[in-house]
Amino acid sequence: MEPDDRIKAQLMTERDLGRTLDRMAQQIIELTDPDVEEAGDAFALVGMQTRGVYLARRLADRIRTQEDIDLPVGVLDVTMYRDDVRLRLNQPQIRETRIPVDLTGRHVVLVDDVAYTGRTARSALDALMDLGRPASVRFLVIVDRGHRELPIASDIVGRRVPTLPGEEVRVRLREIDDREGVWLVETPHPRGQSTETD
Amino acid sequence: MASDAQDTPSSLPHRHLLDLSDYSAGDIRLILDTAREFRSVLDRPIKKVPTLQGTTVANMFFEPSTRTKLSFGLAAGRLSAETISFSKSGSSVKKGETLRDTAENILAMKCDMVVIRHSSPGAPHYLSRVTDAVLVNAGDGAHAHPTQALLDVLTMSEHIDTFDGLHVSIIGDITHSRVARSNIQALRTLGAEVTLCGPRTMIPPQIEHLGVHVTHHLDEALDRSDIVMALRIQLERQDEGLFPSLREYHDRFGITTEHMEAHPDLLVMHPGPVNRGVELAHDVVDHERAIILSQVTNGVAVRMAVLYLLAPGRQTDAAE
Repeated sequence: MEPDDRIKAQLMTERDLGRTLDRMAQQIIELTDPDVEEAGDAFALVGMQTRGVYLARRLADRIRTQEDIDLPVGVLDVTMYRDDVRLRLNQPQIRETRIPVDLTGRHVVLVDDVAYTGRTARSALDALMDLGRPASVRFLVIVDRGHRELPIASDIVGRRVPTLPGEEVRVRLREIDDREGVWLVETPHPRGQSTETD
Repeated sequence: MASDAQDTPSSLPHRHLLDLSDYSAGDIRLILDTAREFRSVLDRPIKKVPTLQGTTVANMFFEPSTRTKLSFGLAAGRLSAETISFSKSGSSVKKGETLRDTAENILAMKCDMVVIRHSSPGAPHYLSRVTDAVLVNAGDGAHAHPTQALLDVLTMSEHIDTFDGLHVSIIGDITHSRVARSNIQALRTLGAEVTLCGPRTMIPPQIEHLGVHVTHHLDEALDRSDIVMALRIQLERQDEGLFPSLREYHDRFGITTEHMEAHPDLLVMHPGPVNRGVELAHDVVDHERAIILSQVTNGVAVRMAVLYLLAPGRQTDAAE
């Protein structure tokens, strides 16, 4: 949580988040049918930096435990593809992109924590197309908070939460945060319409 | 090389890259971390990203250069920036136009960034004071060549775990070398030990003040080195009496296959272009522990990182 955040509501507890990920893992498994045996060759999870990466890894772990399917997990940073680089005084830090398999012909599940304006997702689609030519891309998010600026839909959603522009959604994960869960917060310095919450 | 995230800033707190004197270890690590990600772009089938679409970079080369100019041009192109190119030969500089007037005319064409190579030390500093553009020094006289030093440390980082306690020797004409000067700054900032080695005529007096060790014996330098960097002997300096002959220079300061065998972990670098048989024996240039071509590839990645991190924005973060 940021220092200036005023918590308005907790949207998910740690337990809720766990249950949501269990359900999402099942939805991904349903996508892979009927050729479950070859799913590892036909599908891939791609987590968007930063929290999408941990969520994608957790989903892959669940799918492995539940169905013994080993799905490759890629890491994608979309900073190079963002459309707001020229609007910023300081350039955002570029983080790792690592896709361990050829995406061409694969069904990709793109994983992020929050869907908001759609601009980050658009950047991710541009990046994926430069890295290969996936057979399909589905968009998975823990929270879809609305306010799209582009015609981009989420396919697998933990929870749809109508929000106000001054509010932000914080997904916090124990791997990198000091707490676990999802919160709706009001912040005195909203990042505006051109960037998503993460 | 793993970077220490605690000391690495999330963005570069500088407007220009004139030399590395005011760049901290964290700043350098940010550039290297960013360059590593751009390096992976160079290995993709599509080697171009839209990052700097709408940015115009002027490559102003007042001095002959092949690889640095190509490298900056390619770096800007890989980031989708537009470039205009200027060479001194055949330009209005020949007609007596001043550096400032040339720069202002080019900037009047609405360039955002200027990459400048000039034979006068301080030319990029001067331009940074009289123009609004972001300046990147691509070599100014014998003063500085910061992107060369950054690509050198990036290349080293691919082979080592940490710069702390790393020993690097720089061999050759230190006096006239902007590469040596910038490398000393970068390596010392990152915590490496530096030894300078060359004929007495080619080592500036009292350069130990920069925190380096000096020797005039190649074997002594190599004995203490993990990495050796040979500098190009400028053949035109043969007439200045700095060394008796190319053959004698090679005999005393050239790195040979015997040296490579005697030091089985030693890596060899060279900023290029190599005078085969002078700084490096012919076979050493092609040796598996010569990482000269990696330096060239990393040059594009480092310049992409520098252009990206310094590219000017239109408004402040606070206004977003």
